[in-house]
Amino acid sequence: MKITLEHLTKKFPGRGRKNPTEVIAVDDFDFEIPDGRLVGLLGPSGCGKSTTLNLICGLLKPTSGKIFFGEDDVTDLAPEHRGVGLVFQNYALYPHLTVRQNIQFPLENLKGADKLSKQEMADRVLEAAGLVQIEALLDRKPGELSGGQQQRVAIARALVKMPRVLLLDEPLSNLDARLRLQTREEIRRIQKQTGITTIFVTHDQDEAMSISDLIVVMKDGVVQQIGKPQEVYDNPVNLFVAKFLGTPPINLFSGRVKDEMLYLGEDQVLSVKDAPDGEVYVGIRPEGFLLREDGAMHCQLVRPEVMGRDVSIVSTHEASENPTIRSIIQAENHVDPEASHVQFDLRPRKVFLFSKTDEKRIPFRIEE
Amino acid sequence: MEKNNARGFLYLIPAFLFLGAFLIYPLIDVFVYSFEEGYNFASQTYFGVGTYNYSYVLHDPYFLQAVKNTLILVIITVPVSTGLALLLSVALSSIKPLQDLFQTIYFLPYVTNTLAVGLVFMILFKKTAYSDGLVNLLIHAFGGSSVDFIDGPYWAKMFVLCFYTVWVVMPFKILILTSALSSVNPMYYHAARVDGTSRLRIFTKITLPMISPMLFYLVITGFIGAFKAYSDAVALFGVNLNAAGMNTIVGYVYDMLYGNSGGYPSYASAAAILLFIIVLTITCINLLVSKKHVTY
Repeated sequence: MKITLEHLTKKFPGRGRKNPTEVIAVDDFDFEIPDGRLVGLLGPSGCGKSTTLNLICGLLKPTSGKIFFGEDDVTDLAPEHRGVGLVFQNYALYPHLTVRQNIQFPLENLKGADKLSKQEMADRVLEAAGLVQIEALLDRKPGELSGGQQQRVAIARALVKMPRVLLLDEPLSNLDARLRLQTREEIRRIQKQTGITTIFVTHDQDEAMSISDLIVVMKDGVVQQIGKPQEVYDNPVNLFVAKFLGTPPINLFSGRVKDEMLYLGEDQVLSVKDAPDGEVYVGIRPEGFLLREDGAMHCQLVRPEVMGRDVSIVSTHEASENPTIRSIIQAENHVDPEASHVQFDLRPRKVFLFSKTDEKRIPFRIEE
Repeated sequence: MEKNNARGFLYLIPAFLFLGAFLIYPLIDVFVYSFEEGYNFASQTYFGVGTYNYSYVLHDPYFLQAVKNTLILVIITVPVSTGLALLLSVALSSIKPLQDLFQTIYFLPYVTNTLAVGLVFMILFKKTAYSDGLVNLLIHAFGGSSVDFIDGPYWAKMFVLCFYTVWVVMPFKILILTSALSSVNPMYYHAARVDGTSRLRIFTKITLPMISPMLFYLVITGFIGAFKAYSDAVALFGVNLNAAGMNTIVGYVYDMLYGNSGGYPSYASAAAILLFIIVLTITCINLLVSKKHVTY
């Protein structure tokens, strides 16, 4: 099912004398989600991603704009008529019902022509439980399950009524790190298997990058960038997107461009063709550093950190906006921990320039 | 751990002492009195030991009337007040504007003096030489003939007593239930809405089970409270409840101790122990039932 959002806007009115200004939670969201894709809505908390999800599922009404599922306008449709499955951040499993009763609950709501016989319901429950591999837990209460198992039950409950769209609100935030990795693979598998258009909300860029077909980066209700995860990572449109994506995060410097050359402090580090002169923010991905004895960039070494496959070098530089710079180089490059400074050359594709005024990306031509 | 245990008991001693002196000891004492025939407070003497007190009380028509009154009161007021309180709480929680104001209004009767409320009910229901009372005026307006609610037929009096009791116990129940309702996480309602659950089904399948512990707490305390009813009857019908035929078990105990026919602590004790047994039995049944139905 293709989902189209047309100029979707949600404003919350100001409340009382203390907060008189209205809050624009989602501002003019315009996007078409292709059929059968897994889309990650990504942003820091308060950026409007959960509001967007609630608008799509119908728990909130948009202030303006329209929502289409396929060709149907569902903007004014109540949530129960939209055919959406929603998985809540805290799962919202009914604690007094068993897993089986929880999964069956949406089916028992069906009326008229859609009404199912007991046998059909039992079959559907088993099918949904099989999809998320919880057949053995059907007669337990949610309180007796681990977080990961509860998550699966919640997904099964959302899937059992065969929704046109599956929505997941922070699906992994309540799981521990190991389970998070496992469950996100699981979500990917279930999505592929069922082919249901799925939208999930997360503040964890790792999560979004790893399993999404498309990611939507939001900030303060405004969509910043939409694209395939790798594209967004390689070509951030502004400083916010560059800072938000990537672990370890991008290293930020205050630099200047003069005669198509980029300066960080005293160091003349990179040739940036076509970039206008002036002060700029410079973002350099951790993998954008090349350890060279005669490198152009002079940094004071704090310590190298060996992490098996890679070596991470923590250093400082006068132009850095952060207290330290973190660069990742391959383990073969030996760094003497006793040395006082290191020198780097930069990979031009991992270096981004941003305007100091509107923080937008300043393109430059890379000399081959 | 051992040391902590000893210390823990040390902290509990004051509470134990008070409970022992003012609760356990009197309870045992009442139990003992109930088997001592013709016990006299002043001379601390009695004629003999046996079950005569129980036999007397159980054959006393006033006591049987009191038991009947109390049982009718319990059976009518507990379900009615709990059900009404549930309805009102659901209604109160679903309105948005002025919710706090309404909750305060509904709680006001709780802080009002029982006897003052009794006075108001007298004015509403009592038939005097000058006026038939407000309720009778209403009955007239609808073409009925007036009923004497305070000195008239038994069922009229019982109706007033039940009405009064329900009205008095309601605020506390509404308070408990509105807070129970507001403690249900709204995400359950959201989940149910997305799944297309009807409002009735949301109420019976989600709301009710979620607040069932509070509901059973109210039923149990409601039963106990109704069994101990006394001041309500006095407020409406005056102190001579036996004459009015509206005595309750606690009223009977009081009359046996201090009333005009008073001065019989042995009978009073026996009646008190009988009440204790009734309340204990009902509470046990309640707990057994709630274990089956309060599922979480």
